Amino acid sequence: MFRPLEPIGQGPRLALGIAFFIVFVAAWAFATLGGFVSRTFLADPLTMARDGWSLLVDQGFILDIGVTIWRVVGGFVLAALVAVPLGILMGAYKPIEAFLEPFVSFARYLPASAFIPLLILWAGIGETQKLLVIFIGSVFQIVLMVAVAVGGTRRDLVEASYTLGCGDTSVVRRVLIPANAPEIAEILRLVLGWAWTYVIVAELIGSSSGIGHMIIDSQALLATGQIIFGIIVIGLIGLVSDFLFKAGNRRLFPWRFA
Amino acid sequence: MDGLIGDNAAAGAVAAARRSEAARADEPVTGDGEARMTSPKLLVENVSRVFPSVHGGHPIRALEPTSLAVGGNDFITILGPSGCGKSTLLRIVAGLDRPSAGRVLLDGREVRGPGPDRGMVFQSYTLFPWLTVAQNIEFGLKEKGMGEAERRAIVSAYIDKVGLRGFENHWPKQLSGGMQQRTAIARALANDPEILLLDEPFGALDNQTRSLMQELLLGIWEREQKTVLFVTHDIEEAIFLASRVVVMSARPGRVKADIRVNLPHPRHYTVKTSPEFSELKARLTEEIRAEAVLAATEH
Repeated sequence: MFRPLEPIGQGPRLALGIAFFIVFVAAWAFATLGGFVSRTFLADPLTMARDGWSLLVDQGFILDIGVTIWRVVGGFVLAALVAVPLGILMGAYKPIEAFLEPFVSFARYLPASAFIPLLILWAGIGETQKLLVIFIGSVFQIVLMVAVAVGGTRRDLVEASYTLGCGDTSVVRRVLIPANAPEIAEILRLVLGWAWTYVIVAELIGSSSGIGHMIIDSQALLATGQIIFGIIVIGLIGLVSDFLFKAGNRRLFPWRFA
Repeated sequence: MDGLIGDNAAAGAVAAARRSEAARADEPVTGDGEARMTSPKLLVENVSRVFPSVHGGHPIRALEPTSLAVGGNDFITILGPSGCGKSTLLRIVAGLDRPSAGRVLLDGREVRGPGPDRGMVFQSYTLFPWLTVAQNIEFGLKEKGMGEAERRAIVSAYIDKVGLRGFENHWPKQLSGGMQQRTAIARALANDPEILLLDEPFGALDNQTRSLMQELLLGIWEREQKTVLFVTHDIEEAIFLASRVVVMSARPGRVKADIRVNLPHPRHYTVKTSPEFSELKARLTEEIRAEAVLAATEH
């Protein structure tokens, strides 16, 4: 059972995955309910659940969740709309790559969170600013990764398409894009995960709604149960979006999974 | 046995082609049709390829000036040890590589880049993995803008010709190597190219599959009459398929011998045990062996 690379069945895999969650919560409960950690610093699981319930039922936390999701998705979709075509062009046409790649590589290292003060000056503390933070945080990453993927397309497939009569634009449309579509979807899934960290940071500063706003408010009240609940909600949303992405890929790219 | 062998066929054909070309230039209006009848389908004129030096090393002369004339509906195999420039020559004909000097003419027009008039089957599996077998075969037809009904009829015909009925909707991933190469041949032929180029297409297949593929390809050629240029390092394969075997020498590559194969058609695999076949095989083995020894001692 413990041999390297030995595969594991569906049932045991699921059981083991759930088991770690149980171990984790048990250790947490033991540390807090057992009195080893002060309640001020870390709420126990039961308090967390109670706080979470009150957040959802009494304090309209659902709206905060909705606002945060909208910001992430909005900023991320805008970034993808700009970055994916640009990345494909850069990967396909080397002069475009030579023109943009150095700048994009530089811009990729500019931390999105450091732009927040500047963006507040420019765009205020409204939705535009939140979307811009996510946009800046995602767009350069997507451009570069898509360009690398497209640039690495199998040469022999491109050559085969030329001998079948493809012109230059046809090669992009009928070979480079479909060949890399699953890779691009995977890049988007990855960067969406990063976008979640940017949105929370954006909401911690100058915001009146959203999961991040609730977290920073709770800090003032020393409500660690609420903070932990907020973090767990983000984790759950990430899990669900990951699952949706994977299910979508399976439908869109059956040839990969055949 | 002399009837089987014609070493100077290529040189003769090149000269003939030059003459007919000159004739065409003299009387462009009336001479054209006649010239096309006598001129070869494909003409390789003093084509050479030098790869520029990398990191201060010597430039590599992959292909010495090479001339070759291929008549319409000829099945030519280019036989040589690895590194003799035979694939480079084929890629130049395909337009995927540029000659350092010389030129390639197809039906009298100079080759300047890849195009659908020269279908190609590669040694590596180059089916588009995101398309099914039928969609792969259809690829070039779609590029031409052919209507759907016509496309479907052609695809269906080629599915039958390469024996893939029942696998139309499979992904390339789900096929064996032999089936993938059959699809690749169908994909190239469906485009109805002027010439079919094959670069060691069966090189990665096991021996039994390879024999069956040779028979399949030969069967298609016997029925459809296509001009074929087939690169291989397998002597039996070269003889069995060819109407002419062009032997290339090792680095730098050049044509060493040009041997006509007059085995009758339709060819059955049993021809491989005939005395004529054995004789050709013995002769080509000698030619190739000398080159292989040379190539081996060079390193």
